[in-house]
Amino acid sequence: MKRIELPLTKETIASLKAGDEVALYGKMYTARDQAHQALVADIEARKELPVDLDHITFYYAGPTDTPPGAAVGSIGPTTSSRMDAFSPILLKHGHRGMIGKGERSPEVVDTIVKYGGVYFSALGGAGALLSQSVKAVKIVGYPHLGTEAIRELDVEGFPCVVAIDSRGNNLFAKTLKKAKKMLAAM
Amino acid sequence: MARRIKTKDVVGKVASLCRKACIVIRPDVKKAFEAAIKREKSATGRSIIRKLLDNAALAKRSGVAICQDTGMTVIFATLGQDVTFDGGLEKAINDGVKKGYKEAYLRKSVVADPILRGNTGTNTPAVIHYDVVPGDRFEITVFPKGFGSENKSALVMLNPTAPFEKIVDTVVKPILQAGPNACPPFFVGVGLGGTADMAATLAKKALAEPLTKKTKGKHLARLEADILKKANSSEIGPMGFGGTQTVLAVKAKAYPTHIAGLPVAVNISCHALRSARGKL
Repeated sequence: MKRIELPLTKETIASLKAGDEVALYGKMYTARDQAHQALVADIEARKELPVDLDHITFYYAGPTDTPPGAAVGSIGPTTSSRMDAFSPILLKHGHRGMIGKGERSPEVVDTIVKYGGVYFSALGGAGALLSQSVKAVKIVGYPHLGTEAIRELDVEGFPCVVAIDSRGNNLFAKTLKKAKKMLAAM
Repeated sequence: MARRIKTKDVVGKVASLCRKACIVIRPDVKKAFEAAIKREKSATGRSIIRKLLDNAALAKRSGVAICQDTGMTVIFATLGQDVTFDGGLEKAINDGVKKGYKEAYLRKSVVADPILRGNTGTNTPAVIHYDVVPGDRFEITVFPKGFGSENKSALVMLNPTAPFEKIVDTVVKPILQAGPNACPPFFVGVGLGGTADMAATLAKKALAEPLTKKTKGKHLARLEADILKKANSSEIGPMGFGGTQTVLAVKAKAYPTHIAGLPVAVNISCHALRSARGKL
């Protein structure tokens, strides 16, 4: 398992290869459907954003409430494809690391290559396990969004896999080849 | 012989079932994972399923929900005709969901309107199905349904003359289209017959019943087996990283239907198939 510091640097991103199992250390930011839509709307309206997008890593997650004694509640990834419409604009404005689960669109892959981004897949449905690597949480943007607010997470050893690297290598391209062939024949 | 149930007890029971469903893995699901590890040919696939078992053990120990998507709450209520309540049943069930989601630190994932949105803050209203039966039973199954998988549901109105293989493909197609996005390995509910809405309810109900429940009819058991085999031949695998265990079980339920139709509904559950049953 590669130890990777957040925020990501250009060099770190270039060193990551599709299939690499990594453990993330540092600050990542939760943002899912509503926050992505709000960020893009704010960019288009030339409003100040609640976070600095430069080399930011977004984690597509909306946690449960926090039980007493814990730093955060259950916090696994949500389906990344719902963010496909928004990621390219954010990547254009400096965003680089994305953590979610599932496939990304060809446009997102192309934009990852264009700007030198990286997409990690975290284990879907492992909300309890993943909460263990989150040491502190605080809301930093769009608090009215509740579970969908932008939260700054301090993580230690957050496990995920590089699913799409900055050269456009895509783990799912091989694993989903047969399924796509079967679908075409149906 | 009328039996009176206190709505206060309904609230308490529903609340505790919400907590149990979201935090304690179903025993049949746990067994399905253990069997899947033995069958899975991919080392990555086996590792993923092992982590899911670790996650379930941690959730039970620590009281943190198995998955952060504690779902929109579906309730199946079996209501004996001889049962009466000392207040509103629907309100009591919803109050139970509100209490359970608050006290067990579950996520509030329900919005008031599909277009206007606006989180209700309580994870209510629930989606409630009532089966009225003779006698004085009152049983509730709480089934939190996460939407990563719910978003991959399908309803197809086949011709009444559709061949068996076409029915198989009709179910396999949405499974393949879901791919990694709905968190495989999957449990798949299939509803056949009735009307469009009935078929969809049957597909959901099939998932709320134990996986070990015997399927009614050799033809449906054969359908389940053919769907399972074809879906697993896709080698999508756990989390879509490749493997032989894409679907762990297919459960089909059927209802009489119209001479002009063959409704087929597919409800996919992610690996976090969750429900809890109780009675008053």
